[in-house]
Amino acid sequence: MSASTVTPESRERDVSLTAPAKDHAPRILSRDPADFPVPTGREEEWRFTPLRRFARLMAGAPSTEHLTWSSETPVGVVIDELAADDPALLGLPLPVDRLSALAVANADGAVRVSIPESAATEPVVLRLHGDSAEALVWAHVVIDVRPFAQATVVLEHTGSAQYGEHLSVIVGDGATLRLVHLQLWDGDAVHAAHVSARVGRDATFRSFQASLGGSAVRVLETVEYAAPGGDAELLGIFFSKAGQHLEHRMLIDHAVPHCRSNVLYKGALTGDPAAGEAGIARSVWIGDVLIRAAAVGTETYELNRNLLLSQATRADSVPNLEIETGEIVGAGHASATGRFDDEQLFYLESRGIPADVATRLVVRGFFAEVITRLGLPEWESLLQDRLDSELGFEAAGVDDEADE
Amino acid sequence: MATLEIRDLHVTVESDGGPREILRGVDLTVRAGETHAIMGPNGSGKSTLAYSIAGHPKYTITRGTVTLDGEDVLAMTVDERARAGIFLAMQYPVEVPGVSVSNFLRTSVTAVRGEAPKLRTWVKEMKTAMEGLSIDPKFAERSVNEGFSGGEKKRHEILQMELLQPKIAVLDETDSGLDVDALKIVSEGVNRVAAAGTVGTLLITHYTRILRYIKPDFVHVFVDGRIVAEGGPELADALEAEGYDVYVKAAASA
Repeated sequence: MSASTVTPESRERDVSLTAPAKDHAPRILSRDPADFPVPTGREEEWRFTPLRRFARLMAGAPSTEHLTWSSETPVGVVIDELAADDPALLGLPLPVDRLSALAVANADGAVRVSIPESAATEPVVLRLHGDSAEALVWAHVVIDVRPFAQATVVLEHTGSAQYGEHLSVIVGDGATLRLVHLQLWDGDAVHAAHVSARVGRDATFRSFQASLGGSAVRVLETVEYAAPGGDAELLGIFFSKAGQHLEHRMLIDHAVPHCRSNVLYKGALTGDPAAGEAGIARSVWIGDVLIRAAAVGTETYELNRNLLLSQATRADSVPNLEIETGEIVGAGHASATGRFDDEQLFYLESRGIPADVATRLVVRGFFAEVITRLGLPEWESLLQDRLDSELGFEAAGVDDEADE
Repeated sequence: MATLEIRDLHVTVESDGGPREILRGVDLTVRAGETHAIMGPNGSGKSTLAYSIAGHPKYTITRGTVTLDGEDVLAMTVDERARAGIFLAMQYPVEVPGVSVSNFLRTSVTAVRGEAPKLRTWVKEMKTAMEGLSIDPKFAERSVNEGFSGGEKKRHEILQMELLQPKIAVLDETDSGLDVDALKIVSEGVNRVAAAGTVGTLLITHYTRILRYIKPDFVHVFVDGRIVAEGGPELADALEAEGYDVYVKAAASA
């Protein structure tokens, strides 16, 4: 965050400056992309990102192209389009970097999913598909969960595109949202997403990210709490293969008392050692948690574990915890990146299980802790199957029916 | 009837100072229906023998042969050895997070038997085997060995042995870390498998305690990477009384 400064003269009406911590430079919050300098790659929040792959998005040209949408909309859920000047867009959490501001500016309005308390609780499913890696697409999606509503929203991304996404999430007082955000792209897609969530009083936000496809994916999740009693759980899995860059960053801003946050991310990487630099599988996980002086009674924990399945891998994992008050319930973080455990493989093989099946069992087991917390069996098995195919397994194996 | 033949087996491991020879010419024949106890002091190479038979990649065979019914075991991958009928009950069973015991057992049994057991009979078979070893049915849904006590891990090893019905079972210090009750339960499980007369058992142990519950037909004293003395059950009684000192000294002066 060191390089993201802005002079007082450049401040405009909808630019606000916050001073999150003494040690940190002010963070820019703005809807105007011009307020964000074009990153050079030396900035803290861009230094892990392959900017060349995001160059087309970063250039920020307007585009009228869209992903194709299909949706499953339970009774009572309303999907509508908001014009760029709709006042409903003004109160949303602001973009925090150039790509998220570009998405808001270029999307020219937003698609809003409104879920009232009276709505049916089946999942809202939005299937977004891109037809071409050449297509430049901007989107602003707003998920507005009204007070006391219980909602599940699944956004599934498939196909290919150069996709700049801003996803605003409002979880009303006493409401619960389970958000499932799936990057199941083809191998040439580029996707930059900013999920900005505001969690209301005694509200619960449960997020599940899965990045299993795409050439370069960068998902930024920011969480703020509108009032005490909020609970945010950010879960995620990713599987990076040769040439892929999968980046997940989160910034959880505890500025009000008695809120909770819990982060659990697991990633696996397997590159192609024979392909040199192009064969490197890459992942980045950055977990920033800020507990401001006012946020007494905060409880937070974040954990990232990465499993390296081959030599040609690079996983960066950086948890950051800044605490400005000691009056908290608890705060902790852990990060571990390790090689595949050959002893596990030997143990399974010594029971007659072929090496490939054993590998799949171990990797499945590694991800199971996260996937089973999704609580949506249909999507859990879809992700398992996708993970299997990432591992090179086509058909279901002998172990599939064992737990029936 | 199955026969495991080990001839002049030499095994090294990589160490800081280059390859170090652990096994220095082991000769041993184990036939179905026989129980052999391999006894020796710590560091004598007993566990290396067990892991070399199972095919652990850490160990390099530099000389000798291991065959099962004439088939070259050393040419087989680890999983092929298991499917050929070799089973190793490990001293330190490995934790496999996120893989349930029931999933693991069924995958293993399917691989070794060559076909998936019918679900209905399988559930009953697993339940019966678990009851025989006083394993809580809840273990079926727990991750393999994760959070298991030492005794629970060993019972889980013997559970696998009962379900996989190996031709040759190598038990590597299965008795270590067990209290008397657990030792009895585990021994009963081993004896149940042996009672069928179709398994040859290689019982590797430091102590004679387990031999109160599992009666060996042959006892081999293992010192400094080879078998230095052989006999019947009476040899175990002598070791109990006199320890390994006489053998260790003899090996050192040889």
